[in-house]
Amino acid sequence: MPTEMIQAEKLIYEYDKRDEEGNIIGSERAIDGVDIDVPAGSFAAILGHNGSGKSTLAKHMNAILVPTGGTMWVDGRDTKDPDELWNVRQTAGMVFQNPDNQIIGTVVEEDVGFGPENLGVPTDEIWQRVEESLKAVGMLDRRKDSPNKLSGGQKQRVAIAGVLAMEPKCIVLDEPTAMLDPNGRKEVIRAVEELRKKKNVTVILITHYMEEVIDADQVFVMDDGHIVMHGTPREIFSRVDELKSYRMDVPQVTMLAEALRKRGLNLPKGILRREELVEALCQLR
Amino acid sequence: MSIALEHVSYVYSPGTAYEKHALKDVSFEIPQGQFVGIIGHTGSGKSTLIQHLNGLVRATSGKVLYEGQNIYDEGYNMRALRSQVGLVFQYPEYQLFEVDVLSDVCFGPKNQGLSPEECEKNARKALELVGFPEKYYKQSPFELSGGQKRRVAIAGVLAMKPKVLILDEPTAGLDPKGRDEILDQVEKLHKETGMTVVLVSHSMEDIARYVERIIVMNHGEKMLDGTPKEVFRHYKELEQVGLAAPQVTYVMHDLKERGFDVSPDATTIEEAADEIMKSFRG
Repeated sequence: MPTEMIQAEKLIYEYDKRDEEGNIIGSERAIDGVDIDVPAGSFAAILGHNGSGKSTLAKHMNAILVPTGGTMWVDGRDTKDPDELWNVRQTAGMVFQNPDNQIIGTVVEEDVGFGPENLGVPTDEIWQRVEESLKAVGMLDRRKDSPNKLSGGQKQRVAIAGVLAMEPKCIVLDEPTAMLDPNGRKEVIRAVEELRKKKNVTVILITHYMEEVIDADQVFVMDDGHIVMHGTPREIFSRVDELKSYRMDVPQVTMLAEALRKRGLNLPKGILRREELVEALCQLR
Repeated sequence: MSIALEHVSYVYSPGTAYEKHALKDVSFEIPQGQFVGIIGHTGSGKSTLIQHLNGLVRATSGKVLYEGQNIYDEGYNMRALRSQVGLVFQYPEYQLFEVDVLSDVCFGPKNQGLSPEECEKNARKALELVGFPEKYYKQSPFELSGGQKRRVAIAGVLAMKPKVLILDEPTAGLDPKGRDEILDQVEKLHKETGMTVVLVSHSMEDIARYVERIIVMNHGEKMLDGTPKEVFRHYKELEQVGLAAPQVTYVMHDLKERGFDVSPDATTIEEAADEIMKSFRG
């Protein structure tokens, strides 16, 4: 019996390729033998280029897709088991890149309240959760507004609040900050981090922003449906050339440290944070 | 040869409960051939602003001058303006629709009334400019990767041979390599054709690396306007309006505070590395 929050074993997802008439002309493997373990309450990040299979993997975590081979367990529940479907969905909340596809309410606070209302949460508690969730994403002052008056970034924060309000054990975010400005990105990441620390929510973050994963407990890099790199952020970001070969990057601070190493400064590998770099440079002086 | 805004204001739903000033008294001039970045938090008016540049949105008050002429003058040829000022929207790949890449890129010039041969010539040139490989010209645009789709969408605008190219967050959602490829291509295009480029972006690192001038928008007003060095010197004010400076700029400020003899003005990795090495050589 798996004990991790998210656990995949030899996961395969295969789909049929069809021609214009709809005839099957072959099959494609979007996920090809993936094993991952994400312990409860931890923070895992998934990196990978466009088309590497990371979103397909994420969709297995709340049973939007079920594996065609191997197994995915969410909090010990096999996602292939139809009887577990709703339990799986309630355990793992999902946030997507485009907020326009996720907002249904005509007023911000009603949209956020929709989830808990469907779970049968008592009214007083719904309002309390709505308030907390909107506060966490910095949207409390817009609670009475219509979502269509909000910008893309603001809508995304409302969508995240909508998932937070259901208090899932695990939250899967598929490029949640792709459309946000720097402050919006920081707020979202901070809100997610708070959630993990204060409520012990497991976080799975898919992103193209390298800076957002430096606090992760583990980082997975995907390419062509496989996990090609796995380790702590420091281990992963020490392998600059390998990462670049998978179309990834490293945080700008790490790049600067690398540029200085190449120019002869004796800096350690895998520097992630600005304070670390400044400290290391002071040591060298 | 320039594009200029004079005291432009734009009000949404005037006279109703939803009345909102999206732009307030904005003025600036962009000379032909400049590479300009526009930054601002979400909802700061950036997108509204760029839609004024080719007349898609009409200012509530003020003037937009293209090559010295007010585009709101009676009888002004808006159609001609729109093919000279090309606008690439966010997620432009959603606007691809043709059966193959080449036909899709031909759509713009076709609507300009060019002959089929002329259309194809312009389309091929445009695809070449964005670095799109010829072997995929006859492929469906829907079967391409995210980065390639976006190249095709940008080529669709370039095929109309604009003098000004406006890109609204052209790298949103692309992987790091795809992001660098698109921006490197835009930079090359700017150098080779002398085209004016206006880049709207949320990445301060990208803005610092590519543009020569930054216009900062905040609550519908122009807050700052200058070179990247000048603008990012105001990093504390930028933070207050939801923006930031590139990470390396913060490193430089920290180092200076710790007694290093460095100029905190560096905005790119190369500049920062040079400056730090200089302080070590003393």
